[in-house]
Amino acid sequence: MPAPDTFPRLLIEHARQRGDRPAIREKDLGIWQTWSWAQALEQVRSLACGLHTLGLRRGDTLAIIGDNRPRLYWAMDAAQALGVIPVPLYQDSVADEMAYVLSNADVRIAIVEDQEQVDKILEVRSRCPRLELVVYDDPRGLRHYDRAVLRSYDDVQAAGRDLEKQRPAFFDEEVARGQAADVAIMLYTSGTTGTPKGVMLTHDNLIVTGRGGIQRERLTADEEVLAYLPMAWVGDNLFSYCQGHVAGFCVSCPESPDTVLTDMREIGPTYFFAPPRVLENLLTTVSIRMEDASRFKRWLYARCMEVARRWGPAILDGKPVPAGGRLAYALADLLILGPLRNVLGFSRIRLAYTAGEAIGPDLFRFYRALGVNLKQLYGSTETSVFVCIQPNGQVKLESVGTAATGVEVRISEQGEVQVRSPGVFRGYFKADAATRDAMTADGFFRTGDAGFFDDDGHLRIIDRAKDVGRLQDGTLFAPKYLENKLKFFPFIKEAVAFGDRRPFAAAFVCIDLAAVGNWAERRNLPYTGYIDLAGQKPVHDLVRGCVEEVNAALAADPKLRGSQIHRFLVLHKELDADDGELTRTRKVRRGFIAEKYASLVEALYANQPAVHVETQVRFEDGRTGIVRADLPILEAMTVEDETERRAA
Amino acid sequence: MQGTVPGPVLLQVRGASLSFGGVHALRDVDFHVHEGEICAIIGPNGAGKSSLLNVINGVYAPDAGTIAYAGETRRAMRPHRAAEQGIARTFQNIALFKGMSVLDNVMAGRALKMRRGVLWQALYWGPAEREELEHRARVEKIIDFLQIEHVRRTPVGRLPYGLQKRVELARALAAEPRLLLLDEPMAGMNIEEKQDMCRFILDANDELGVTVVLIEHDMAVVMDIADRIVVLDYGRKIADGPPAEVRANREVIAAYLGVPTAADDRALKEAS
Repeated sequence: MPAPDTFPRLLIEHARQRGDRPAIREKDLGIWQTWSWAQALEQVRSLACGLHTLGLRRGDTLAIIGDNRPRLYWAMDAAQALGVIPVPLYQDSVADEMAYVLSNADVRIAIVEDQEQVDKILEVRSRCPRLELVVYDDPRGLRHYDRAVLRSYDDVQAAGRDLEKQRPAFFDEEVARGQAADVAIMLYTSGTTGTPKGVMLTHDNLIVTGRGGIQRERLTADEEVLAYLPMAWVGDNLFSYCQGHVAGFCVSCPESPDTVLTDMREIGPTYFFAPPRVLENLLTTVSIRMEDASRFKRWLYARCMEVARRWGPAILDGKPVPAGGRLAYALADLLILGPLRNVLGFSRIRLAYTAGEAIGPDLFRFYRALGVNLKQLYGSTETSVFVCIQPNGQVKLESVGTAATGVEVRISEQGEVQVRSPGVFRGYFKADAATRDAMTADGFFRTGDAGFFDDDGHLRIIDRAKDVGRLQDGTLFAPKYLENKLKFFPFIKEAVAFGDRRPFAAAFVCIDLAAVGNWAERRNLPYTGYIDLAGQKPVHDLVRGCVEEVNAALAADPKLRGSQIHRFLVLHKELDADDGELTRTRKVRRGFIAEKYASLVEALYANQPAVHVETQVRFEDGRTGIVRADLPILEAMTVEDETERRAA
Repeated sequence: MQGTVPGPVLLQVRGASLSFGGVHALRDVDFHVHEGEICAIIGPNGAGKSSLLNVINGVYAPDAGTIAYAGETRRAMRPHRAAEQGIARTFQNIALFKGMSVLDNVMAGRALKMRRGVLWQALYWGPAEREELEHRARVEKIIDFLQIEHVRRTPVGRLPYGLQKRVELARALAAEPRLLLLDEPMAGMNIEEKQDMCRFILDANDELGVTVVLIEHDMAVVMDIADRIVVLDYGRKIADGPPAEVRANREVIAAYLGVPTAADDRALKEAS
């Protein structure tokens, strides 16, 4: 028999082969609850039948909104079993954003986690004419709602069980009708550019790509993973759902988004994906707690990390290490590294990926020194994630590795990275023109990223191709490169660089409230909140120090020497996805920010000492308020300045 | 929910008076709460709001008057009787065990429900262990209800103020109260925290069927969630009714904003 080629077939296969092995876990009321593959299949079967009774038919779409929950993953299985296309939405989207996706995807039925999501959907129902019904999981707070548009998940499953009794073969027949080339899922891209587009991925796209990754990294059915990233994001779909189905390993869902750290430690994942941001938060927690530790512990930590940085990466890469180095590392491992891995939930980790953004050198080195095989990969929604992966033993900071199994990568004449692989998507939903624009005549997908291959054949990505600009004097200006360099400082949470067609590069900086707040407390610097802290002179000096360090690093690179940051300002508010300043995956929307804060950008290039600003902010409940502040325009020393000053 | 038919009277305070030396905290106050209701007590500082709560759960014995609760009429409540009979409360200035974890604090709310004595609990194994597990399961439900899973093991003293208030509510709910007294549950919170707290109070009322009496200064909150509002001023009750009615009550406006003059009257008339 050929290997199962759709997700429902994989599910049935696992239920048959390893029926009582754990398929999915969730921590509920403080205790981990486990469902075996056989139990998961039962749940999916009754849900699928229930969805059929609600009138969902092959080719329809089903919206899925909520945190990572087994019942929402089953909704994906159930939809796919019926040939219905699941459309997961970001659970923290505001109602407006949801309205667009719901109506664009022709959603008639949505399965949601709780009252919060129900409220958002009901708010925009008038704008989604096709939407008929909302199925909810958690009934809390919904007792007095209009029942006409609501149905509980349990009721749907009950209706499904009735149908099963009448037509026992129904589910298997529906699964048998599914084709590997059918669209398995539709994921809306976060939309750094324009409105979100629905990326259609087939069973084949995902399964072939997922299997390639499993073979390359030798993953087994015994892996443990924690599904904590949004279900609407292709990464979670591939690493948790797809590879879980292909390899048959168990996926654990955290108790709540706030408990991920504790849940990690309890589960001890062996295979882990985290965007740099998450890794950074983890490290920040450790660093802050370390600073509060006793003197002896701080000393011991510093010594052990020194040893780890020196020998850890080499040991990890299997390079020759002298016996003394191995002994020192073993001792450090016993005293600090092992317990630290345990605290972070990395005790059993065999493979960790990071992607999405450039990772800071200190951050990357920290985890590898700790003995975590952290590797970078490169990919996108349209390519079912995997394009390039760093091979074991050849992990470098600046590159994203070599082409993944079955993937062809080339660089166009304009310097754009282009990809052809079994994972390349079917197309954008209802946007044929956009699909055509995204593909070359010979079937390569245009990633829109600017990059090149280094001497070892590893791919290096510098920026979005369209964002790479030039200063007035023609110097290359790669804004993301500057922003990343700034963000590598723990004190800086976000940065936005400007400079295209300008006389020099300048930047907005957002401080990291936790890190700078801690720094301020240590200096007995009182502050009331973000705005106050961001407006204080010592903080400005702190940020200036960071900017000047970046300038010094840039000066060393002849190509980028000219794009040193001359002026900057510290923003009075944190950039927020609710205000449209970040995408839901927390990428800076530079164009939108430049427009929204046009007066601030102009002030950076005018010779004025400060600028007054009023900004509307949106609170989580949807209400808005106004924040006012006077922001000083700050000058940073560039390296040329320094040489001039020395000469003077 | 607003507009629902009130249940039978759960608590009835009649003619309660209380004074401290020459200060009359309460003067001949009649006060009642229906089963299933959310009743708010408002009034300027020193109006006697906290005193009334303290009379209800027996911290103070009134100088005159009676308290009828769940069919029993008494001269005064006693705190432990109040607790045994299902009256729980939170305090204006948080009264938690700062050094203990959230879990232990909420478990403390179950103390009255523990059947095994201190010795059994010290031994732990056997019946006490079974009982502990049972209570822990209940406490976990409340932790889930109030969404404080992420701080389960954190010492309360390390939590921000808004969360501490939530933990205090959790401890009160752990006692499975029939009547919940909340003394300024939202003081010092930001908008989002207040919204969360409102949601929790409404849910406790709706899902757990708890009758709620709360003191609160934020008028928007009070008007939003209360079924009925009682207004105190200088120890006297000056108004009692649904939010819309109380909002329009002249005596209430006077107590909050000062006595209107003839000029104000004219201005009001012109405006309307």
